[in-house]
Amino acid sequence: MRRLWRRSKTATVGLVLTALLFVSAAAAPLLAPHAPEAVPRDLVRASLQPPSPRHPLGTDLLGRDVLSRVIYGARISLLVGFGAELVAVVLGVAVGMLAGYAGGWTDALLMRLTDTFLAFPSLVLAIAMMAAFQQPGLLNVVVVLSLLGWTGIARVMRAQTLVVMGRDFVQSAQAAGAGTLRILLRYVLPNCLAPLMVAATIGIAGNILAEAGLSFLGIGVSPPTPSWGLMLAQGRSELTTHPWVTIFPGLAIMLTVLGLNLLGDGLRDLLDPQLRR
Amino acid sequence: MVTFSLRRLLAFIPVLLGISLMMFLLNVMAPGDPVKATTGMPRIDPEVAARLRAELGLDDPLYVQYGRYLGRLLRGDLGRSYQQRRPVLAVIAERLEPTARLAVAAMLLALLGGLLAGLLAAVRQATWLDHLVMVGALLGISTPVFWLGMMLILLFGAQLGWLPISGYGGGRLSHLLLPAVTLGALQMGYIARMTRAAVLEVIRQDFVRMARAKGLAERVVIGRHVLKNALVPVVTVTGLSLANLLAGAPLTETVFAWPGIGRALVTAVFMRDLPVVMGITLFFALVYAGLNLLVDLSYAFLDPRIRQAGQKE
Repeated sequence: MRRLWRRSKTATVGLVLTALLFVSAAAAPLLAPHAPEAVPRDLVRASLQPPSPRHPLGTDLLGRDVLSRVIYGARISLLVGFGAELVAVVLGVAVGMLAGYAGGWTDALLMRLTDTFLAFPSLVLAIAMMAAFQQPGLLNVVVVLSLLGWTGIARVMRAQTLVVMGRDFVQSAQAAGAGTLRILLRYVLPNCLAPLMVAATIGIAGNILAEAGLSFLGIGVSPPTPSWGLMLAQGRSELTTHPWVTIFPGLAIMLTVLGLNLLGDGLRDLLDPQLRR
Repeated sequence: MVTFSLRRLLAFIPVLLGISLMMFLLNVMAPGDPVKATTGMPRIDPEVAARLRAELGLDDPLYVQYGRYLGRLLRGDLGRSYQQRRPVLAVIAERLEPTARLAVAAMLLALLGGLLAGLLAAVRQATWLDHLVMVGALLGISTPVFWLGMMLILLFGAQLGWLPISGYGGGRLSHLLLPAVTLGALQMGYIARMTRAAVLEVIRQDFVRMARAKGLAERVVIGRHVLKNALVPVVTVTGLSLANLLAGAPLTETVFAWPGIGRALVTAVFMRDLPVVMGITLFFALVYAGLNLLVDLSYAFLDPRIRQAGQKE
């Protein structure tokens, strides 16, 4: 850790923030003082309580503990962020490597497909897709975000594949009679990992922001799931009178996204100094 | 130059086709029966429904339907709203001004703030000012748009009482300020980072050292030699940033109850008014793709190397 700090402060801070997210998600039942979805019986008295020793971050309209919901919310963000990025990476790697390797018509067709997805402002297309599914929910959010996320990965992979394909070791492998799949998986992919990891980390941050945005608009994750975006939507009507309901979930989103962005920046500097701009 | 522009314009055609195909497929994929939605009758005589389906061409093969869809688009027909019983284009036209006003204000803020901050950070590299700008830019990039909006409302609207909390207010500047800052913050962060990087790149070059060695004033060095050369990458990223700013419109407009196209999109999703959802999405995509095209063209205009590369090909 100390060595990492010396080499990249950015990456270290990012790593710590991201680790916090993981700890919070994994140990939520141990860390959270209350159940995240439990609505107390004496609702009138429990509703919208300001921060106190019993409820360090106060309670929301339904009397639920904000701290507990923020802690559990890490699970949703992590699930959507990483889940959608995993699918996006698989799709993007496949498309990008195929386009870069095959060239010609395949390349042209796949890149036009990528351009089409990139021709939309991302959140607007996400909203339209959620509307077409006509069904909010965690799974649909993951599906939509993976469908949007692969394009960036595909572009990075295509460019990197073109670079790696020109190297001597790939050409000697080809001369030795290695098959396409073997060349792609054994030689090309490992040499694309650095930019891939950077793009994926930034992609996760984007997914978490997008999930929060969709849930905030009421077309993402459905209640009573403790999603940070949903908590912000629910606290909106009490924004000026009971601000704690909205301040803390938003802070959680910001710190999470900040951590992932720092980690992405740091990784870029560490893994490939040439990529630094 | 002309060749390059023509090639770019030609390459725009497949993008437009792609956008229309995507929208068409989303329309087809969406569940719900267009006949019931158009007539507004949930229980309709099956015979009448069948005739309507045939009349609307819903039984034709998909490629025929797509052709017809494309034809309608070319005539500027985006369909009719289920809910409001009028053309989608009319819905968009009515909401266009507030969104345009907001987007332009946000762009100006992002541009001025981002360029100035980035330039200052680069000139005063590794001082507290540089660190402040970079941390600020990073926070701008990481903060969710809608939460930033809410916090601004809380601080300047509710606590300090300086600015109105929400609404259009007939387009008055006081109503415009908070939404514009909200929508512009993210891109201001990107522009500041990019400007700093581009200026630093140029400052290290030999001709800048030469200009300084000649004894030119720092102001002249920065103004005449550095800025001019840092402009190309800055313009590219700035242009893309400004296009990306559109993605924040639905969120910002919802937070501030701003009567723009983004909010109309969100409302239409709740009303299950699919023609409006698809029409507005298409509209956003066209504006977005158009802006990207403009960026490409302007960038060829600014950088002679690209102009010539276009001619050689």
